[in-house]
Amino acid sequence: MPDSASTSAMPKHEEAVRFLADVPREPGVPKPDPILVADGVHRNFGGLTAVDVKHVEIQRGSITALVGPNGAGKTTFFNLLTGFDTPDSGSWLFNGKDIAGVPSYRVARMGMVRTFQLTKALSKMTVIDNMRLGGTNQVGERMLQAILGLWRGQEKTITAKADELLSRFKLFEKREDFAGSLSGGQRKLLEMARALMTDPTMVMLDEPMAGVNPALTQSLLEHIKGLREDGMTVLFVEHDMDVVRDISDWVIVMAQGQVIAEGPPDEVMRNEAVISAYLGGHHDKALTDTGVSFTQESSDS
Amino acid sequence: MDWGYIFAVMVTSAFGLQAIVFGLAAIGINVQFGYTGLLNFGQAAFMAVGGYAVAVTVVELGLSFWWGVLFGLIGAVLLALLLGVPTLRLRADYLAIVTIAAAEIIRLILRSVAFKEIFGGSDGKQAFADGFFELSFLSADADLRIGPAVVNDRQLFTYIVGWSLVALACLVVWLLVRSPWGRVVKGIREDEDAVRSLGKNVFVYKMQALVLGGIFGALAGFVTAVGAQNVNPDSFKTDATFFAYAILILGGAARVFGPVLGTVIFWALFQGTDVFLREGIDAGLPIISLMDGTQAAVLRVMLVGLGLMLLMIYRPQGILGDRRELALDAR
Amino acid sequence: MLRRILAALGTVIIAFLALSFLASPASADGQAIGGKLENRVDGTKVPVAGVEITVVGGGFEGSATSDAVGVWRVELPDLGTYDVTINVETLPEGVGLTEADKVTIEQVPVKPPLFGGLKTVTFPLGVSTAVTTSLWEQAAQLTVSGLEFGLLIALGALGLSIIYGTTGLVNFAHGELISFGALATWVLNAGLGLNFFIAAIGGLLLSAAFGWLNNAALWRPLRKRGTGLIAMMIVSIGLALFLRNFYQFFIGADKKSYSEYAGMAGIAFGPVSLTPTDLAIFVVAIVALAATVLVLAKTRLGKATRAVSDNPSLAAGAGINVERVITFVWIIGGALAGLGGMLLGFTQQVSFQMGFQILLLVFAAVTLGGLGTIAGAIFGSIIVGLFIQLTTLIIPTELKNVGALLVLIIILLVRPYGLLGRRERIG
Repeated sequence: MPDSASTSAMPKHEEAVRFLADVPREPGVPKPDPILVADGVHRNFGGLTAVDVKHVEIQRGSITALVGPNGAGKTTFFNLLTGFDTPDSGSWLFNGKDIAGVPSYRVARMGMVRTFQLTKALSKMTVIDNMRLGGTNQVGERMLQAILGLWRGQEKTITAKADELLSRFKLFEKREDFAGSLSGGQRKLLEMARALMTDPTMVMLDEPMAGVNPALTQSLLEHIKGLREDGMTVLFVEHDMDVVRDISDWVIVMAQGQVIAEGPPDEVMRNEAVISAYLGGHHDKALTDTGVSFTQESSDS
Repeated sequence: MDWGYIFAVMVTSAFGLQAIVFGLAAIGINVQFGYTGLLNFGQAAFMAVGGYAVAVTVVELGLSFWWGVLFGLIGAVLLALLLGVPTLRLRADYLAIVTIAAAEIIRLILRSVAFKEIFGGSDGKQAFADGFFELSFLSADADLRIGPAVVNDRQLFTYIVGWSLVALACLVVWLLVRSPWGRVVKGIREDEDAVRSLGKNVFVYKMQALVLGGIFGALAGFVTAVGAQNVNPDSFKTDATFFAYAILILGGAARVFGPVLGTVIFWALFQGTDVFLREGIDAGLPIISLMDGTQAAVLRVMLVGLGLMLLMIYRPQGILGDRRELALDAR
Repeated sequence: MLRRILAALGTVIIAFLALSFLASPASADGQAIGGKLENRVDGTKVPVAGVEITVVGGGFEGSATSDAVGVWRVELPDLGTYDVTINVETLPEGVGLTEADKVTIEQVPVKPPLFGGLKTVTFPLGVSTAVTTSLWEQAAQLTVSGLEFGLLIALGALGLSIIYGTTGLVNFAHGELISFGALATWVLNAGLGLNFFIAAIGGLLLSAAFGWLNNAALWRPLRKRGTGLIAMMIVSIGLALFLRNFYQFFIGADKKSYSEYAGMAGIAFGPVSLTPTDLAIFVVAIVALAATVLVLAKTRLGKATRAVSDNPSLAAGAGINVERVITFVWIIGGALAGLGGMLLGFTQQVSFQMGFQILLLVFAAVTLGGLGTIAGAIFGSIIVGLFIQLTTLIIPTELKNVGALLVLIIILLVRPYGLLGRRERIG
């Protein structure tokens, strides 16, 4: 578990900041305790380079933001890392294990679980069934055991765990509703809660704030911070720079498929290369005085 | 116009051989399409595998009826694996095209002169069902009379066994779809990437659904073989698959009893229309008597097509289904 | 929308009723299959005597020998469907079937009077091509007939493919568009007695109109309702069932020929023998395909079509009227399919299920080339056509489609996006 290094009583947030304090602010820099290390990851779409990441590391126990202008290849990179897309070349290690070419479901079983930009809450199922689906090693998911009904005991345990998470994510009242009846933000919450049912070590969130009602934003942010406090590593794609500044320990900036800058949020936002990448990209909003407020539209390749 | 006769035909058809056969085939499609979202357009092939396995095992290999059943089940599993491996990783329409092609391949081989020695060409195979009827607990004079229609003891025995199989199939489906297994396949039906992201091996579940549905198809093949005491390549045309789809959608996809209700209503209406039209022709009714018997038979199938279209457009959930739960708006 | 569908169907039904009554043949007595064997030499007909014909079906087997005027007749015990086989060995020297695979005519339906009594079956005879040919000559002949068949498949495949490309619909009723072209032409020609060329032009226009009607009365309203693609696919199955049986209801189940240019004698080109209709099929099909490809490549509407195929929402955003493009695609698709069916009427005769029988080969061609691509559809069709004909050198003719469909499955295993398709198109 990530917290093996943290015997101190220091909050995880400060711990991550301290670990990253001395790391040089340059693209592809090594981290003290990386959970994920990617090398030479390359993906072409019909002759166009979508992703060309030479080297990148993600610090264990931190919240790392992956930002960049539209079409920078963030979501494609996400898809590659989680086995939802196949790269033309490249390798990456998760917890020291080479998982390049490993199918997505096995990546999830190894503890790297993801959410999607367009939320994939299963809208034709109830909220509680969505949650139960996340449970791991279910005997009732095997055909014979399912027919023989040998799953009821485990179902109770899984349901109890699901109910606990639902309460934590303030979705318990919606337990029996079809997920399709939830608001956009509630679906994001549900998707995140469902991902937690798999007991992940690393959570990959693809635009967790997209389409979320401002009233829910704060609670979502708290939940993401909560993941770090529980010892998980979080990598997330986000457009809203206020969000990025608020919760991330480290920011990786991508443009045109490559990692162009890394560093703590405040420093990265002052980086010349980053500002020019955003201005050079198809952008309609100017940088604000506080740094940058990037558009919330999101259609990565 | 003998309304009593028409009514009797409707009742016997609703619970007769065809209703059982297509009910089982539709239960299979319900597992595949209704719950898992797999478009198997080759259910006729699974039926053919079941029927011919029994016929060829008994007639050509000289083994008992039960070996035929065993071979039929193995054949259905192998066929599902064969079709699933290349297509289950692809988009839904590829499975549809490959399964319909496979069904046609199998039918063409069954009816070919080249394999006539084994499969009997376009005449099919007969005289293999005795091993089945030896099990009958009914006496030879146990005829059932429904108005003017008579059901003899062999038919009655087939119906009892057939409806028991339908009940058993429903029980298995019921147990499965309310279990975590059912939750996973319903998740796959809606969005397989979501299920994958939770660590489930989607391919394996799709394959299991394809195999199970195929086994129900083979059961349908057994019943039609022993009930008609005959297998014929032309009873396994693609239209058979499409009838099963019409039945499933009529009754309600993704409902345990949808296919059963569908098959009962479908066959009552289908055969009822037939006798009604034929009676009408004989009685010289206006308009109807402009047709001949063949046209009457063709008209029924025309109406099935029209009915399938209208159902799909105006009531895709059928009689029992829940529209919120259907996966028809999928990619 | 129901009213519109019914109105459209009603119009078509009334039109067909009117035509089919004009076209229905005189009835005769008894139940029998028979025919007249005639060898066509330089345009004149010479009766062929002493040829044995066997009729098998429903447990019955009977045979007859053609008499001095070439007439043969087999009395039948029952209505039903029968396979009729000509004993090629009893044909006189120098006489052979112009279509080598027509030794057995399968599943000839024999129905009660009104549609017929004596069921006529015709074996197209001509100067024998099969008697003295070497393997090389057979291969040459089969290559040419494979190309011809491939072009006919391509006419269906191109329409199916651009409709799929622009709307995402896998149209299982495309075979019925193919049949429609042949049936419409046949009704105008043999039924109303129009000159074949006028009938053909009429058939082509009707096919284009039928393509338009399919979209306007059914598919456009369904798209407006937001009906899913899988639901639409099942609707297309219902439509196919409906139309196919609708055709059979009015036209009957037997195979028909146009009243002109049927069963012409072959002309030898080296080892290959082609009838004038074969040559015409080559020319017409190639011109039609080339014209369509040119229209798609050069005209504004064609470019818009390809843009919609690539990305409908992007095309709509760029100011392209997507619905207009789709209407255009259905008209073109209907016309091409109808033309294919019309030409197929020469090589396979006209029947209500001719399109359905070729549909899977069209699917195979389109999948082989890559769903939704224009070049792929044509390329895949030629491959399927050649494959089907050339494999008859090795496997029995009756199993030739099996080979083609098996190849479809194997190709999907190796290159699921088709031979010319792009990987990105998959899921």
